[in-house]
Amino acid sequence: MRSRSIPLREVYVWEFPVRLYHWINALCITSLCITGYIIGDPPALMKGTEAYFNYWFGTVRFVHFVSAFLFFFNFVFRTYWGFVGNEFSRWYNYIPLKPSQWKEIIDVIKVDVLQVTHKRIGSIGHNALASFVYFITFLIFVFQCLTGFGMYSAMSNAFLPNLFAWIVPVLGGDILVRQIHHILMWGFILFTIVHVYLVFYHDYIERRGVTSSMIGGWKFIEEDIVDSLDENTNDKTKK
Amino acid sequence: MKEKQPTFYEEVINEGLSRKDFLKFCTTMAAFLGLETSGVGQIVHALQTKPRLPVIWFHFQECTCCSESFIRASHPIVASIVLDKISLDYQETLMAASGFQAESAYKTVMEKYPGEYIVMVEGSIPTENEAYCCIGGRSALQILEEAAKNAKAVVAWGNCASSGCVQAAKPNPTGAKPVHKVISGKPIINVQGCPPIADVMAGVVVHLLTFDRIPQLDELGRPKAFYSRRVHDTCYRRANFDAGLFVESFDDEGAKRGYCLYKMGCKGPVTYNSCGIIKWNDGLSYPIQSGHPCIGCSEAGFWDNGPFYQHLPNTGAFGIETTADKIGLGLGVATAVGIAGHAIVTNIRKHRNISNSPTVDSETLKES
Ligand code: HEM
Ligand code: SF4
Ligand code: SF4
Repeated sequence: MRSRSIPLREVYVWEFPVRLYHWINALCITSLCITGYIIGDPPALMKGTEAYFNYWFGTVRFVHFVSAFLFFFNFVFRTYWGFVGNEFSRWYNYIPLKPSQWKEIIDVIKVDVLQVTHKRIGSIGHNALASFVYFITFLIFVFQCLTGFGMYSAMSNAFLPNLFAWIVPVLGGDILVRQIHHILMWGFILFTIVHVYLVFYHDYIERRGVTSSMIGGWKFIEEDIVDSLDENTNDKTKK
Repeated sequence: MKEKQPTFYEEVINEGLSRKDFLKFCTTMAAFLGLETSGVGQIVHALQTKPRLPVIWFHFQECTCCSESFIRASHPIVASIVLDKISLDYQETLMAASGFQAESAYKTVMEKYPGEYIVMVEGSIPTENEAYCCIGGRSALQILEEAAKNAKAVVAWGNCASSGCVQAAKPNPTGAKPVHKVISGKPIINVQGCPPIADVMAGVVVHLLTFDRIPQLDELGRPKAFYSRRVHDTCYRRANFDAGLFVESFDDEGAKRGYCLYKMGCKGPVTYNSCGIIKWNDGLSYPIQSGHPCIGCSEAGFWDNGPFYQHLPNTGAFGIETTADKIGLGLGVATAVGIAGHAIVTNIRKHRNISNSPTVDSETLKES
């Protein structure tokens, strides 16, 4: 049996609200991409029948809209959590304003993307490149919600969608809004493919338990990393 | 000195039409404008007491389809009165005068009714080289700027004047621009469509006359009474859309059954117009009813929004017939290939991490 003994420390990285957000988000995006794709290019499921007996396309759209509302509020919640959550979920992780973040971005590109150097990336939460990519996806979320609710405002008198109605005149009409909304779907799909692969990759290479961290919240981090970050705190059992 | 202008009602009676015709016209208009019953009275009153609107109607870069549409309004009064009388002032296509006489006609209106007259524009205005559209030796831009200065409002008829239409489609060789891009500081009403529906045009004129102010406009300058709903929202084929019953080709069974034209590129879901309600040619039919998808003619840039018979536009990125979906799929495949490559390289380049060789651990620890 192969085994090894190394000094690791369990770190509670993703609090329950973050994990819940993550999986609701994953579910919504899956549902939105599938239903969205069908809305954009509906299959010829039926013919030779009358409209009176069917409503499947209406149902697909309904699922799209329900997922959209859930997606939106979930995202609003995550934004809020970015200001009150633990250090790993705070907003400043996602926007590379500090030189150290940029340095790590370059490091991650060299180590994990191009694999030209081999060194350990010491961040416990997301690494700086991942965080930055998530920040870009957040911007895409915002734009997808803007265009989505912008279109939706034409068929609703509700308060929320009409907050977004201004995007339509800004873009000159519904058609461009719709086209952008459609194109951004591919952003979500491509992101998802790469995201899932990279989670597997990191788990495979670093074995810190990234995959399960989004289930249980804990990661296994090399002790020296935790110690160096934890110097100021005496309570080494938590954090 | 101003001579007394006949009222609209007097003109109608002089034309030999009955009071009944007149009242019918007023009622129809009130309905189109979405007014309450009392609105009929307001229209009747206005048309009986107010002198007709002084109007200057210009034709710039256009095909005259707006005028053509207008004279086919469902109620003959519109054509015979509104337009005949407009022609007394200035309407290049329909007026009797020509040459200097015609020029002086609109100059007279401008001098006699400053701040009162309405400028109506058919067509876009070239800005790349103003010489692309000249009338009487002056450019469209010069003429419009001069006329708009003391106008009460400017009515932009149709897609050309509202958003440039085909002249402004890529690559827009003449630098054609709609009215709202060259005139500022005046209320501008975009009566969209290619052409606009005749009754919508009449409705706008009647509104101006009755209420003495411009109708409520949407964010794109279109009168809300006619452009607040999508063609899709008032389409009688909508039940087929919700049921997922789509025409797949123009001669299939679905086409015969009147299924939804969404997959034939129908732009109804992104187009704001009254086609489904007021319809065309005296309420006879409208494109979708005749089996043709909406091409979005009341939306800005509709010529550039991809082929009329396709839901997604071509991006023009890789060859002319690539849609976002095809590119997306291509990128997806490329990503998958990239991932496979990365995974292979990872197993080679990072084999020491993967197999936990102890030397790596101490080495990497030092580096970090
Ligand atoms: C992951 C996020 C989302 C994806 C991938 C997505 C994808 C799509 C796609 C591909 C379409 C079809 C566009 C076309 O006709 O070509 C669509 C339609 C639409 N989406 Fe989304 N969407 C997302 C989020 C949202 C959100 C947040 C809203 C907000 C309400 C929304 C509202 C709509 C509406 C109103 C339509 C038009 C449906 C119709 O009128 O038939 N979407 N979506
Ligand atoms: S034919 Fe066009 S406007 Fe009518 S329901 Fe279908 S998509 Fe909508
Ligand atoms: S159905 Fe569409 S394209 Fe046809 S006239 Fe109406 S708005 Fe224009």
